[in-house]
Amino acid sequence: MDIPYTVDTRPDTGLYNAKAGIWLFLASEVMLFGALFSAYILLRVGAPEGLWPLGWLNVPLGTINTLVLITSSITTVMAWAALKVNQFDRFKLFHGITLLCALIFVGIKSFEYYDKFTHYEVTLKDGRIADGHLKEATDTHVTISGRFVEEREELYDLHKHKAHGHETITIAREDIEKLSNYGPRHNTYMAIYFTLTGLHALHVIGGAIVIGYLWGPGSRLWRKDPERFTNRIEISGLFWHFVDLVWIFLFPILYLL
Amino acid sequence: MQATTHAIPHTGVHEAHHSDAGFWRTYIFSTDHKVIGIQYGLTSLTFLLIGFCLMLVMRWQIAHPGEPVPVIGGLLEAVLGDVAAKGVMSNELYNSFGAMHGTIMIFLGVVPLAFAAFGNYVVPLMIGAPDMAFPRINMASYHVFVLGGLVMLVSFFIPGGAAQAGWTSYSPLATSIATDGQTFWLIGMVLLITSSLLGAVNFIATIIQLRAPGMTWMRLPFFVWAQFVTAFLLLLAFPPLEAAGIMQLMDKVAGTSFFLPTGLAIGGDLANVSGGGSPLLWQHLFWFLGHPEVYVLILPAMGIVAEVISNNTRKPIWGYKSLVYSALAIGFLSFIVWAHHMYLTGMGTKVATFFQTTTMIISIPSVIILTCMFISLWGGSIRFNTPMLFVLAFLPMFGIGGLTGLPLGFSYSDIHLHDTYYVIAHFHYIVAPGTIFALFAGIYYWFPKMTGRKMNEFWGRVHFWLSFIFMNLVFQPMFAQGMSGMLRRMADGGAMYSATANARAGAGVIGGLTDYIMSLHTYILWAAVGLALAQIPFIVNLFWSLRNGPKVKSDNPWRSTTLEWQTPTPPPHGNFAEPPRVYRGPYEYSVPGHPTDYTPQNVPEK
Amino acid sequence: MSEKHHDEHFGHHVRRYLLVFYALLLGTAITVAVSYVPFTNHALNIGLGLVIAGTKAFLVAGYFMHLISERKMIYAILAFTVFFFVGLMFLTVWSFYDFPPLTITR
Ligand code: HEM
Ligand SMILES: [Cu+2]
Repeated sequence: MDIPYTVDTRPDTGLYNAKAGIWLFLASEVMLFGALFSAYILLRVGAPEGLWPLGWLNVPLGTINTLVLITSSITTVMAWAALKVNQFDRFKLFHGITLLCALIFVGIKSFEYYDKFTHYEVTLKDGRIADGHLKEATDTHVTISGRFVEEREELYDLHKHKAHGHETITIAREDIEKLSNYGPRHNTYMAIYFTLTGLHALHVIGGAIVIGYLWGPGSRLWRKDPERFTNRIEISGLFWHFVDLVWIFLFPILYLL
Repeated sequence: MQATTHAIPHTGVHEAHHSDAGFWRTYIFSTDHKVIGIQYGLTSLTFLLIGFCLMLVMRWQIAHPGEPVPVIGGLLEAVLGDVAAKGVMSNELYNSFGAMHGTIMIFLGVVPLAFAAFGNYVVPLMIGAPDMAFPRINMASYHVFVLGGLVMLVSFFIPGGAAQAGWTSYSPLATSIATDGQTFWLIGMVLLITSSLLGAVNFIATIIQLRAPGMTWMRLPFFVWAQFVTAFLLLLAFPPLEAAGIMQLMDKVAGTSFFLPTGLAIGGDLANVSGGGSPLLWQHLFWFLGHPEVYVLILPAMGIVAEVISNNTRKPIWGYKSLVYSALAIGFLSFIVWAHHMYLTGMGTKVATFFQTTTMIISIPSVIILTCMFISLWGGSIRFNTPMLFVLAFLPMFGIGGLTGLPLGFSYSDIHLHDTYYVIAHFHYIVAPGTIFALFAGIYYWFPKMTGRKMNEFWGRVHFWLSFIFMNLVFQPMFAQGMSGMLRRMADGGAMYSATANARAGAGVIGGLTDYIMSLHTYILWAAVGLALAQIPFIVNLFWSLRNGPKVKSDNPWRSTTLEWQTPTPPPHGNFAEPPRVYRGPYEYSVPGHPTDYTPQNVPEK
Repeated sequence: MSEKHHDEHFGHHVRRYLLVFYALLLGTAITVAVSYVPFTNHALNIGLGLVIAGTKAFLVAGYFMHLISERKMIYAILAFTVFFFVGLMFLTVWSFYDFPPLTITR
């Protein structure tokens, strides 16, 4: 006996196996990200008044990445539609763009990460706080390009306290109380930012690997069993759309609001 | 998945299921659900044994704090080093063993055995499917599981030892103990969760898609229903714990403060963390899994019980529909009761009332299921074989476990009982003489299908009676200890705490524990040793019967109605010689007018 | 399955996908723009942002993932998921706001 409904649909459920499988998997993904979102909510409402960061991320870059993912979503669905009408070349083209988008997304994301890891908040022993990008660090002093602030709050709501201009600030090591970059340990906002976007980026990479495989070596299946191949493209596409969907929420809650 | 792997089944009958593939493909990288089921079974039984041994050492320490562990004390010191200096268990080692006992028993023992092993072997056969829907994912699930288990085991031997914060791994304790064991624990958990998710997707897809023609939802054996609901629980409850695990991992390795509050002090010093996190968040996410998890532990067991009861009373199970709806109700409700584990976390009365109410409501379907099982016995001509004995013991044992849950479910009485041995006794009554007995029943019951031989009946009975007696001797005293206030997770069994409290009893503090309550530790220790000895007949029997057990004379030795018995023995790759078709419900026993006292599901209507 | 009458439907489908695509682009533009409007109450920004995100999510799920016309079984699975998702969110957040009196003063 062979396993039934690997390609054609079961009459009473109207599904082929993998379709049921992927939706179940996505259901669990919803719960995974759901838990992280509820963590986000609790950390945010639990933060002391005025100490939840606003405007810390690069909105233009975030917007571009949003557009990139949306584009990849439509090319994904178009790639599948092309297979449905037997246009293999168009499929190749569309999913080629999808892969390119994935690459751009990960590239931009890495740049944003890099930017955060080189961004420092320096607490001086006299109580002042300097904030900016690290230019140079030696045994005796640290140079950043940024600004001094009086109150920590000024560093939090950047919608209200826009940073005007950058000066080069050199601080002697012995004046420094604490030096911390904007990595995950900086505060709970950075923690949830890195965790959410990191997990999301892993999904992007995983999805891109699968789609890349189906686009490249995996596409040989098209000649042998076109229906099965089309199904695979549909399944991987569903996953890809889900990844896009998660980003649709991540973008506003992390970048904008 | 390609057609080539299905060359054999078409020739049908008694063929060994994988004669042409090599050793690796047959036993290690097999995609056959039956092989995977057996792999899961053997692995999880091994883990159960390991978890049990950890507990034995802990029981020694509780009963004789500070005395060298007999027999294996030297070994412990040699293998684990200073934490077991001179063969004496240190407090750290006690905590490690405690945490790992819980973790191993639940995530590496009972769940894989109940869900993955039995589910894999039996479900596709019962629904008349050739295999699981995604055989390769099935294999991957097992391999990830083994990997997770290895990570857990390895953590015992790293400097600092295994995780020490209990199976519940509460933050901030979990991440502030200076051992990488916690990191191992978290990585291990993420792997185990991933494995469970793969399994759950596979099970649900299989049950939805691969039911044989005629196998409508209401003709599914109750065991399949139980596994179906279980799979949903795993699918939707585990991801939040995975998320929480990732966050705690970040706390541990990336220095974040998801679960670390502002102003956290460790060892008297302010911790070098940003703070701002919430320890309660961990508890919420943990118990969001944790409570459904306890139903993951019990539902498959109930499924096995239903099958064995109807088969051995030769009667349809009583109230099939109520069973199904109750299982569904349990599945549904188990997601909204979790905070009854958190009454004492400073929870307000409104939330407590909500969770208390849902907790009381969820006990209704559990009672319905138990009642149906009891009524099923009524008027049956019961065959008292080994599986049936275990199942008969399951019923009252689960009853005790469930009823003792009610006082815990009321926030008011839980104030007294929370974190005491009463809780330990409560859930062990459900899991040990409950679930594990049902699993034993399942092993004795399906062994003939897997091997073509029965297990030895006499030693099966010896195993049952000894286990039954010692089980109760181990856990019954814990109710008394808990109600008199003995806290759980104390490395010396409460000796020091009790002595201090007694010394100050005059000052109006709550008194310590009486000598009598403390002396119960010794009884429990020896009962536990007895319980260990009682497993020897089982282990020997299991392997001995593989070659020497009495051969079954037909494919259906128990004369059962469900489809797994209508295959060749053991079932070949692809399971059924030809696709089965189902004509009737799962429990047509003793139907008046039928030629035999059982009518298998695939027998056509006249 | 792939009968040729698909061809006629095809143009229709593609047009719909493109429409959704434009809507998503527009939605993105609006979210970004709106987030810069300084409403007196920041909660309004948040609410608006989430409504737009929800709409975009609906479009992606509904049309790209074809949820608008899916099978009952998948609706059933998702209905459960949504229920538990909401339960998880709501109950945890609720319990963070319900404190016993006297012990905690904020
Ligand atoms: C039938 C109704 C049940 C009720 C009302 C109930 C209630 C409770 C409550 C309120 C607690 C928390 C006690 C505390 O920490 O203070 C608890 C603990 C526990 N229950 Fe149950 N329970 C029930 C059934 C089950 C079942 C079927 C299992 C399955 C194995 C189970 C396993 C556990 C476990 C493992 C714990 C302890 C968790 C820990 O703190 O380590 N319970 N139960
Ligand atoms: Cu519970």
